[in-house]
Amino acid sequence: MPYKKIGKQTIVFSEKPYIAGRGNVAGQKEGQGPLGEYFDMVLDDDMFGEKTWEMAESKMLKEAMKKAIKRSGLKQENIDAMLSGDLLNQLMSSSFTARDMHIPFLGLYGACSTMTESLLMGSILIDGGFARNVLVGASSHFCTAERQFRMPVEHGNQRPPSAQWTATAAGAAVLSSRDTFDVRSKYRIRTESATIGKVIDAGIKDVNQMGAAMVPAAVDTLLNHLEDTGRKLEYYDVVVTGDLGYIGKDIMTDLLKGAGIPGEQITDHYDDCGTMLFSEEQDVHAGGSGCGCSACVFTAYLLSLMEKKKIRKMLLMSTGALLSTISPGQGESIPGIAHAVSVEVE
Amino acid sequence: MKKEPEKKDIAKAYEKYTKKFTPRPDYIGNCSKAFFTGGLICAASLYCRNMLVEGGMEEEKAATLVTVGLVVIAQLLTGFGVFDVIAKFAGAGVIVPITGFANSMVAPAMEYKREGPVLGAGSKIFSIAGPVLVCGITAAIIAGIIARIIYIL
Repeated sequence: MPYKKIGKQTIVFSEKPYIAGRGNVAGQKEGQGPLGEYFDMVLDDDMFGEKTWEMAESKMLKEAMKKAIKRSGLKQENIDAMLSGDLLNQLMSSSFTARDMHIPFLGLYGACSTMTESLLMGSILIDGGFARNVLVGASSHFCTAERQFRMPVEHGNQRPPSAQWTATAAGAAVLSSRDTFDVRSKYRIRTESATIGKVIDAGIKDVNQMGAAMVPAAVDTLLNHLEDTGRKLEYYDVVVTGDLGYIGKDIMTDLLKGAGIPGEQITDHYDDCGTMLFSEEQDVHAGGSGCGCSACVFTAYLLSLMEKKKIRKMLLMSTGALLSTISPGQGESIPGIAHAVSVEVE
Repeated sequence: MKKEPEKKDIAKAYEKYTKKFTPRPDYIGNCSKAFFTGGLICAASLYCRNMLVEGGMEEEKAATLVTVGLVVIAQLLTGFGVFDVIAKFAGAGVIVPITGFANSMVAPAMEYKREGPVLGAGSKIFSIAGPVLVCGITAAIIAGIIARIIYIL
């Protein structure tokens, strides 16, 4: 049997699954940001007509997924598997979305790295011949994350400059095998290879320093990906990390320079979703974060640029901070993770 | 056993390194905003109390009434979703006075009312104020004992 693994941690897909459809929903604040025009749907009210924020998040994910299925031209019953995740305990948003979808479901938890994780796992399912069409996605909501990990929303507190703003957003994509993909489709975007990240903990304990806590994992995954594939950073039109934010992006840039990558290559070919989702006037301090951050920036903005062929080769690297609600209280530092999926226009 | 301090050193070095990239909070600006808003609240409260006393109310009653007034105002502002906006500006200026205490009770109550009035709001209402009360009362007991010992001596 031919193995698809190369180097230390990278997989090269032989089937190269197609991204047949994409869908996304963004919250009000996200809609007012610089990427507002790219979203399929922007909420007027972050409750989305539901009684609780958790159900609102779940509904956002469901809408994003329905949109992705619609764009793919497939019927819901033709989807073989649904892979998704969010930040909530027991994956509430995803599980409750799956309750209404009637699609075989596997829940994933990779904190804010979930979009890339689901894209990676979905591609593996198709590449291995275990599924023809896979629905992948991730969601987050500012209010659900805030109440679970930090303080009640109405509590009066001041956020330090390093704090990031959890995006209220959901993103989803449909991956299809060659057999089921509509060959007449205008857009031929495929996942080409992927690198599974290691959990790396650099010892940051400050829960308001998420970006800095995740950078070492992102650097590790990126350098391993480049080494395994024998590519240079400039091979990709753009390498995007998930939610390192302004501070994390600066640290990442500095560390990559330290690893011997020329500075101009980094400024031309590297960006971060957390710095793209909001403008500085929106007062989000160090930038956006959450599963929804990379999920909506990828499915709304980056994939639309790929459809227009403004980007041909992209490495999506969602980053996650794998802390729990109790681990900081127990004095544990914040472990980080980053997965990478290379996406190409055919 | 030798590896433990090494890991700690790396963590420390990395933390120091990341500090270079992290903007510092505007301590002077934040402190002065807190000083003036906090001062304003206290001065206004004292003015109200003095007015009540001049109007013929007992001093203790007047103080209680003003305190209750502050709590009610902070609770209403929290309910209308304004308090966190004010607190973002004023910081400790509104959190340290009793207004902060009122907010720290109403905010979790609002947040958890969806999980039911008893096991939701009821169990979470003290989630922020509770620890403060426990530590505050413990400190008061210790201070009281010390004061008593000094008095006996």
